[in-house]
Amino acid sequence: MTTTSTIKKGTVTGIISNLVMAVSDAPVAQNEICYISIGEEQLLGEIIKVIGKDIFIQCFESTRGMKVGNTIRFTDEMLEVTLGPGMLSKIYDGLQNDLKKFDSLLIKRGKRSEALDTSSRWHFVPLVEQGKTVSAGDWLGEVKENAIPHRIMVPFKLSGRYKIKKLVDEGDFGIDDVLAILESEEGENIDVKLWQKWPVKKPLKGYVEKVRPFAMLETGVRIIDTLIPIAEGGTGFIPGPFGTGKTVLQHAISKQADADVIIFAACGERANEIVDVFTEFPELDDPHTGRKLMERTIIIANTSNMPVAAREASVYTAMTIAEYFRNMGLKVLILADSTSRWAQALREMSNRLEELPGPDAFPMDLTAVIANFYARAGYVFLTNGSTGSITFLGTVSPSGGNLKEPVTEATKKSARCFYALSQKRADQKRYPAVDPTESYSKYLEYPEMQNYLHEHISALWIDMVTRTKDILLRGREVHDQINILGDDGVPLDYHVQFWKAEVIDFVILQQDAFDTIDAMTPIVRQKYMLQLVLQICQMEFDFKDFEEVAGFFKRIINKLKQLNYSTYESEQFKKIVEEYTLIINEKRIA
Amino acid sequence: MEYKAFQPIFYNITRINKATCELQCHMASYDEMAIINGKLAQVVKIVGDQVTLQVFSGTEGIPTDAEVLFTGEPPILKVSEDLAGRFLNAYGKPIDNGPEVQGEPRMIGGPSINPTKRERPSELILTGIAGIDLNNTLVTGQKIPFFADPEQPFNQVMADVALRAKADRIILGGIGLQHDDYLFFKNIFENAGAIDRIVSFINTTEDPSVERLLIPDMALTAAEYFAIDRNEKVLVLLTDLTLYCDALSIVSNNMDQISSKDNMPASLYSDLARLYEKAVQFPAGGSITIIAVTTLSGGDITHAIPDNTGYITEGQLFLRRDAEIGKTIVDPFRSLSRLKQLVIGKKTREDHPQVMNTAVRLYSDSANARTKLENGFDLNDYDKRCLSYAKEYSEKLLAIDVNVDIEDMLNTSWSLFSRYFKKEELAIRQDLVDKYWKD
Repeated sequence: MTTTSTIKKGTVTGIISNLVMAVSDAPVAQNEICYISIGEEQLLGEIIKVIGKDIFIQCFESTRGMKVGNTIRFTDEMLEVTLGPGMLSKIYDGLQNDLKKFDSLLIKRGKRSEALDTSSRWHFVPLVEQGKTVSAGDWLGEVKENAIPHRIMVPFKLSGRYKIKKLVDEGDFGIDDVLAILESEEGENIDVKLWQKWPVKKPLKGYVEKVRPFAMLETGVRIIDTLIPIAEGGTGFIPGPFGTGKTVLQHAISKQADADVIIFAACGERANEIVDVFTEFPELDDPHTGRKLMERTIIIANTSNMPVAAREASVYTAMTIAEYFRNMGLKVLILADSTSRWAQALREMSNRLEELPGPDAFPMDLTAVIANFYARAGYVFLTNGSTGSITFLGTVSPSGGNLKEPVTEATKKSARCFYALSQKRADQKRYPAVDPTESYSKYLEYPEMQNYLHEHISALWIDMVTRTKDILLRGREVHDQINILGDDGVPLDYHVQFWKAEVIDFVILQQDAFDTIDAMTPIVRQKYMLQLVLQICQMEFDFKDFEEVAGFFKRIINKLKQLNYSTYESEQFKKIVEEYTLIINEKRIA
Repeated sequence: MEYKAFQPIFYNITRINKATCELQCHMASYDEMAIINGKLAQVVKIVGDQVTLQVFSGTEGIPTDAEVLFTGEPPILKVSEDLAGRFLNAYGKPIDNGPEVQGEPRMIGGPSINPTKRERPSELILTGIAGIDLNNTLVTGQKIPFFADPEQPFNQVMADVALRAKADRIILGGIGLQHDDYLFFKNIFENAGAIDRIVSFINTTEDPSVERLLIPDMALTAAEYFAIDRNEKVLVLLTDLTLYCDALSIVSNNMDQISSKDNMPASLYSDLARLYEKAVQFPAGGSITIIAVTTLSGGDITHAIPDNTGYITEGQLFLRRDAEIGKTIVDPFRSLSRLKQLVIGKKTREDHPQVMNTAVRLYSDSANARTKLENGFDLNDYDKRCLSYAKEYSEKLLAIDVNVDIEDMLNTSWSLFSRYFKKEELAIRQDLVDKYWKD
């Protein structure tokens, strides 16, 4: 980008909804940010296309009242976020305005608010010594932010090596205080403060290498952890028709997942869902630290009625903030709901630019855009040997519930875990409605992940999981047979196989997200339950007829469900196990 | 809408479509209203000196040398207490022979509410209809449509809901309303003596279709006035939003835009979300609840209109005719109220969540029994009991002509349970069975 000291100006020549056309004599750059003036109001826009002197700008705010001839000021900068302590617990819009700092009920256009709190003081502890040589991303010191050590890093925009000419001693500082002065090899001095900026569309790197994910990220959701685990630093997506429980599942994961920082990108979704999060999270405890959930959470709220162009910005803003925390050596989880709305925002703009449309009028490069974005997740090693990770889980809202539509297809090529929500399971109230046979996790095939599961859960774990899946599949097949041939038309053993699969379904797969105990199952408990259920599946029983089969297994399911509702290894828990053993022994062939 | 009197100027109209026309002009601002040949129009596109006007009442009779007056203002509605009891058209002009509404001019389709200024909805709306109160409980600040085929009596149900709900203000947005239905609403509101609580914005099938685009924004601007300025509990009824979407596709087609699924504009999701997201609960007590109608074609919810709607709204109420009892019911499988979790068992009796789930589960078992019957398999005793239960459940609770309070709905459910099932077949928490089971 060029750096000129004079202000670069342009003029509006056309307006179609949020697309603004302009001309300028000054040189401009793709994705450069500009401000369009309507009277006193300054509207934010981004250059998305240039043809000769014609500049096409997507405006992040309502263009109502804009006229040909309105002036534009170009900034020489791309869309940037401000990174520093104070971001946790914040509710930002897609452009990182702190929404709580706005006074009025309605969001007025042209208004901005500071991303960080200028009045806060932070207790800084240096981590290096004066005189050392550092480069971009190296940790200079840290401040304590809620439960996490918030590292203050050498600005990522710097290239080359720098000598620490001056570094403050431990003490309390505001975000604009100078903490260090770095000297470049050419002798240039650079001030380091508590904050720095980074353009959202450029991946923030600053790590040594990105490795294949190898560790499981525990979510406490049984069907995910046991059958379709996501890796720390992995990617996954949840497609599902409306009403199948995407949001409830994401909220459950956000409450329970074993991560240091959770970033919620509410992209083009209902405002009341954000209200849910900021009403509940300050009350709920983080199961891993005992602090309040809100303390590790950042919400990026671009609700469906906010300007469309800011939807795209919101997912990039979330990702950039995640990358910043990752480089502190933290485990970050991003939940984006829903990436389809982002794709639709791209489609609206592509349409207004009169680009040749791809499938379902989506832009041709949709797959590439999604792939590039998912690729920003991962497990990395930092220069000082620490590790950090970004796990990304996005929902997709397939139009008409059709999983062959372009956004689902494009995402399937990028995400490594696929959690298909099934309308049928949702109709039967079998929640979470993740389809156990359609869904998959590629990470289960990774040898490094398999090793991890062997070491951390059990040497037999992979076998157990495979067996569980086989029983479920077989259960589905015999169920079809029973439906076609009738209860009497199949061997009795078919009924037994069907009900064994039902036990797994009711006890392992189904989980009550609204029950305080059942909602979260730690992996030790998941292992215990899976062992218990697989034991039943291996047993042989003595039954007279199919009605007896159903009656017997319904009793078992009822007992094991009570077990799921009891505190692990409590007296009540042990009592239920005893009762359950009695039922088993009634019919079991020794 | 009344606008400052500027001097009209003659322009050279370069292009005329059914809904839009283009002219050469240097002074237009985006979204502003204009009057072309006496007809209201809005600036929808500006490219250089070519300005595209969307003419709400259609372009019939517009000459190539039309007289155009640019008003310099976006569409507005004058808001005040005087709106109460009035019937207005898409422009906010009286259609009830009353005087012009006086008040403060507000721009329609205004900015969105700061999500951090919202409050979590928690106040029950009771309708007397068990298919709603029992199975799909509504809450103030919610947005929910009826999904119904055109032959279903959705307007009657909506009128019942509106009159029974304890709203301070009801705003009716009639979008392509049949003239007969308009008179129906007018009568039922007058007979109920509720007319002073009601404001109506009406576009009937006799009116131009593009005018329909203004109705929801007019209704919601009035709603925001009552909910924000006057702290009232406002209920907005929008019928039928499918016709609104049809009008959107007409305009987008006239502007040569590439359509996406089902010939709908690519922006359909945003266009609908902009309306529905006006539903809100404010901490100060005011609220806007939106109940809309989306008519379906043959119950198809995968069509772009119901599909996008379902992703935006907080559930849907699906109306279906139950052939066995010969009545319209609120389908318990395909209906959903996403906000019911916030109130059931908390603002209603403790057994509500479990009774509701069990009743629906048993009803779904009856559907399995019916499939068995149709496939020629023998029914066992449980199947037969399920079928008898389903018929009575449908008649006494799902039918839309039921009007009882929620306590009665729960009691009726318990008596059905005890008539047809054993205690252990319910799988309801033991302490609740002990307390409520009816011998």
